[in-house]
Amino acid sequence: MPSFLKRLKWADWLILIVLVGAFGYVGLRLEGTLNYTWRWELIPDYFIRYREDRQEWFANLLLQGLFATLRICIYAGILAAIFGTILGVARCAENLTIRLLARTYLELLRNIPPVVIIFIFFFFLSQQLIDALNMNAWARGIARSDSAPAWEFFFGDMRRFPSLVSGVLVLGLFQAAFVGEIVRAGIQSIPKGQFEAARAIGMSRSQEMRYIVMPQALRKVVPPMANQFISLIKDSSIISLISVQELTYKTVELVASTRLIFEAWLTTAACYFILCFGLSLLFRRLEKH
Amino acid sequence: MVQTPIIIAEGVGKYFGDFKALTDVDLIVNQGERVVICGPSGSGKSTLIRCFNGLENHDTGRLCVDGMELREDAPGMRQLRQDVGMVFQQFNLFPHLTILENLIIGPMKVRKQSRAAAEATARKYLERVRIPEQADKRPAQLSGGQQQRVAIARALCMQPRVMLFDEPTSALDPEMIGEVLDVMVELAETGMTMVVVTHEMGFARKVADTMVFMEAGRIVEVSPPETFFTAPKSQRARVFLDQILEH
Repeated sequence: MPSFLKRLKWADWLILIVLVGAFGYVGLRLEGTLNYTWRWELIPDYFIRYREDRQEWFANLLLQGLFATLRICIYAGILAAIFGTILGVARCAENLTIRLLARTYLELLRNIPPVVIIFIFFFFLSQQLIDALNMNAWARGIARSDSAPAWEFFFGDMRRFPSLVSGVLVLGLFQAAFVGEIVRAGIQSIPKGQFEAARAIGMSRSQEMRYIVMPQALRKVVPPMANQFISLIKDSSIISLISVQELTYKTVELVASTRLIFEAWLTTAACYFILCFGLSLLFRRLEKH
Repeated sequence: MVQTPIIIAEGVGKYFGDFKALTDVDLIVNQGERVVICGPSGSGKSTLIRCFNGLENHDTGRLCVDGMELREDAPGMRQLRQDVGMVFQQFNLFPHLTILENLIIGPMKVRKQSRAAAEATARKYLERVRIPEQADKRPAQLSGGQQQRVAIARALCMQPRVMLFDEPTSALDPEMIGEVLDVMVELAETGMTMVVVTHEMGFARKVADTMVFMEAGRIVEVSPPETFFTAPKSQRARVFLDQILEH
């Protein structure tokens, strides 16, 4: 018997039995009452499929969605890190106006539900920006040009580029508020003596931040930042609501066209879980070194 | 010899909220003078020398350092701090930089010296504080005494006109106090103007030109060390000396 089984007391067994029983009951009910036919064998095709007519493999809905999610999260993560750092520094600024502006931004984002924020950012910010820059026409131009494949490696289908920009902007600005709080905590964890020593050799406020405080603070905030990045991946599913074609959106599409309701959602859940849990294991390992 | 005052305090007062940390402090420090400030803890010694380079802002009275009147946010405060070196009780070295980088960052970023020039100066001062071989280590790899000597070298690299020491040996293990004091004695011999807050009376006797005794935010006594240690004018200084010299 493995050693962990020996460590289980009778109460632990009781809990486990109750859990297994509960899951079993739900499973049986689904079988009996819903009359649902599981068709798991169809799922792999929606990741990657072989097209007979063209004699080639191509990424189907779920894999496209997964790639889109990854792209969006990386770009939004970079945006959140940059803007969040600025916010965090602003939160510690001597100037009251700057401090209040940063504080206002944070409090707004912290006290409005994410879905609502995402819609507000979408309509009032990213839509306006995309129109102002005439991005739709530009992206369609790229999609038709010869250099399209290179662009598509980084940004996916170029006809969908404006929607990607929306997603990245909205998600990045949303996450920046929380990154800002992490950075602020990092700055405030630097001992007062460091600020004083910097000032005592005649450094200006900005030199003090740039050369002394931020290098130390940023090093300290790497672990919470990594966790925030994992949050960002999970939160990215909300932007399916503004029609960004990432994993959740693609799953909705898949469910609508195939009725593989349970299989599709369970698969998507597994994708998010593997991605996030994998990253969290990776970060934990990196942290140890 | 003509005395040029470099620090002039006139009726300086300082509040922390309702607590009056400094009351009517008058003090003149001349160029090349070594002043040692002592007194029981909480007597305002540290607050006073922190006012000298504007790390604290005094609330009342006048304070002139190196010909400039200190006020909160006065233009030129940065310039002043470049010319007034400060050594802290907790060393406050920059832990993310090597020893050499700790020494050159001020001269390079603040005084805009070239890296080569800054490094040459830095190595000279590391030599002078007797740890040239530690240049590429990080502060955390050094002992407390070595760290404090680096902190002294860092302040010297800015070529200051006055050096302020805020209890430089109070955070050190006893066996390391000597090495730091030796460096400070040598520095005194070069003619540097020094204001030192310390309880090290042996050091004070050796280098001080003037002893200042503070209690409860006031300067109680200013006298030359011969008088101060043998026949202090004030009763309170006598009691203080008895207490710390007993051991």
